[in-house]
Amino acid sequence: MLVSALVATACGSSSKAAAPEGATPARDVTLSLVGYSVAKTANNAAEKAFQATANGKGVKFTESYGASGDQARAVIGGLKADLVHLSLETDVTKLVTANLVAADWNTGPTKGILSSSVVVISVRKGNPKNIKTWADLVKPGVGIVTPNPGSSGSARWNILAAYGQIIAGGGSDADASAYLTSFFKNVVALPGSGRDATTAFLAGTGDVLISYENEAILARQQDQPIDYIVPDTTLLIENPGAVTTTADPAAKDYLDYVISKAGQAEFAKVGFRPLVDVGTVKVTGANNPDKPFPAPTKLLTITKDFGGWSAAAKKFFDADSGLVTQIQKATGKSS
Amino acid sequence: VSTASLPGVTRPARRRRSGRAQTDLTRSAGLGLGVGMIWFSLLVLIPLSAVVAKTVGGGWEVFSHTLRNEQTWAAIKLTVGQALLVTVMNVVMGTLIAWVLVRDRFRGKRVLEVVIDIPFALPTIVAGLVLLSLYGPRSPIGINVANTRSAVFLALAFVTLPFVVRTVQPVLEEIEADVEEAAASLGASRFTTFRRIILPSLAPAIAAGAALSFARAISEYGSMVLLSGNLALKTEVTSVRILTYIENGDTAAAAAVATILLLIALTVIVLLDVLQRRVARRG
Repeated sequence: MLVSALVATACGSSSKAAAPEGATPARDVTLSLVGYSVAKTANNAAEKAFQATANGKGVKFTESYGASGDQARAVIGGLKADLVHLSLETDVTKLVTANLVAADWNTGPTKGILSSSVVVISVRKGNPKNIKTWADLVKPGVGIVTPNPGSSGSARWNILAAYGQIIAGGGSDADASAYLTSFFKNVVALPGSGRDATTAFLAGTGDVLISYENEAILARQQDQPIDYIVPDTTLLIENPGAVTTTADPAAKDYLDYVISKAGQAEFAKVGFRPLVDVGTVKVTGANNPDKPFPAPTKLLTITKDFGGWSAAAKKFFDADSGLVTQIQKATGKSS
Repeated sequence: VSTASLPGVTRPARRRRSGRAQTDLTRSAGLGLGVGMIWFSLLVLIPLSAVVAKTVGGGWEVFSHTLRNEQTWAAIKLTVGQALLVTVMNVVMGTLIAWVLVRDRFRGKRVLEVVIDIPFALPTIVAGLVLLSLYGPRSPIGINVANTRSAVFLALAFVTLPFVVRTVQPVLEEIEADVEEAAASLGASRFTTFRRIILPSLAPAIAAGAALSFARAISEYGSMVLLSGNLALKTEVTSVRILTYIENGDTAAAAAVATILLLIALTVIVLLDVLQRRVARRG
C-alpha cells in the first residue's frame, strides 16, 4: 500500500512537472478543515483568496466549526480532517498524542500559530459605565460577561489576561487572586463559548464583555452596538493549526498560504492581528480602521508569563484544585 | 406458517412462562424482536453500558471523589431539584392543556394544537435565545430572570412542556363521556368522577409523560448556554459540569456524573411507575 501511495505521489508530481509552464492544471481536491468557532470568518476569507492563487486553483473546502476542545476530540474520534485550526495549543497536542499530527508541527516560521489576537474589554456603545481599565471591571455595579472557563477552553485566555495583568503590574500571586475574586463577584453570566457570550451580551446581559479583539471587530463590522477597549496590559492570544498526517498535500499549501503575507492580510481584514508584516490594511470595525492594531504597553504571552498551556491548565483550571475553580466556588458561596 | 401466528393460538402458550417461551415466536415475530433488539442495543444499550463501564473502570475512588466535588454536587442538586419541580408542574399544566384541547371547543384550538409542539422542533440554543430576549434584561414585559435559578426552571419548563400534553391527549380522547355520565347519574360529584374514573385511566399516560419530561430535564444543555449564566454553585447545571470534566480531559469523572444522572433517572422512572399503578388501582 505504501508503494502504491508512493507511485501515486510520484505520478502526481511528474504529471505536474510535464504540464507546460504557466498552465498548472487545476487541482481537484476537497480539503476538510476542522476549526474552532471563531476561526470561521477568517478561514472563509483566506480560502477564497487561496483559490485565486496557482496552488489553490480547484481546491475546495468542507468545513466544521465548534468549540476547540470538542473539535480536537472529534478528530481523534474519527472526524476527517486535512487541517485543523484550534484555539489552544493543548488541543493540537492531543492530536499529536493520537498520532494524527506530526510532532514537529510547531517548528514552522510561526511556530505552528495560524492566527493571533489580544484579550479586550467590550462595552456597550458609548461606554455608559466609563470602563477604561481592568481596575474598572471590579467596581461595584459592573456586570461582567465572559465565557465559561470550565467548559470552554478558549474562555481561559480571558481569565488569564485578568490575572496576568496584576502580576505584570508588580502585584503578587495573592494580589492577582484577590483581583480575580472581585472579578468573579461581578460576573453575571458565564455562557458556554465565546460566541455565546457575545450573543448573551448583545441580548442585554451585563455591562462588559471580556472578549477577543477579532470578535469585537467582527461584531462592529456586523453593526452591533458595541465599543471595545484594548487594555494597556493584556494577553496575546495565539491560535495554532496543523495539517494532519493523512492530509492531502494541498492542505500544506493552504497552511503556508495562511501564514504568508497575503493570507495574514485576509485574516487581518476580519480582525486578527497579523503574524507577519502585512503593510497597511484597512480594518473596518476597528477603533481606528487605518491603525487597527495598537500595541499594548505590556503584552503577556502564555509561554513567557504562564509557562505554557499545560502548566496553566493545571494551575488555574483543574476541576478540583485549580485556582480559578476555587475562586468560582468561593464567590458562588458568598453571594 | 402464518396461520400459527393467530393470537388465539399463541396466547395460551405464552402464559405458561416455561422454558418453551422462546419457541412461541413465529419466524416473523422472531425477526421483528431480533431487529428491534439489535437496533435498541446499538443505539441505547451499548453506549449506556460503555458509560457505566467507564465509571466502573475508574473505580469507587473516582466516583466518590467526583461526588464530593462541591461544585458538581451543587449542580446535581440544582438540576434534579429543578427537574422535579418542572415535572410536577408539567403533570398539572400538561394534563390541563390536554383536557382543554380534547374537551373544549374554542377559537384558535387548531393553532394551539400545532404550537404546543414548537418546543420539540426548536433547536434548544434558539429556545435559550428566545427566552433570553423575552425574560432577560431587555424583557419587553419587564420580567428579568436571566442568570438566576428561575431561568433554569423556565428553560426546563419550556423544553419539556409537550411531553405530558402529548401522552395524555390521546388517552383522554379515548375515554367515553358516557362513563362520566354514568358516574354522575349514580350520584358522584364532578370531583369524585375525576378522581375515581378519569384520573386512574389517565395515570399511566401522565406517568409516562412525567418520566419523559424528567429525563429530558436532567440532561438539558442547549437552552442553558445563554440563559442560566452557568454560575458555579448557583445556576450551573450538571451537563455543564460534565462538559467541564471533558474539557479537562477527565473522562472518568465525566462518566461518573453521567452514571449518577442515569441512576437518578432510573429511580424516578421506577417511582413514577409504582405511583401510577397505585393511582390506577384506586379506580
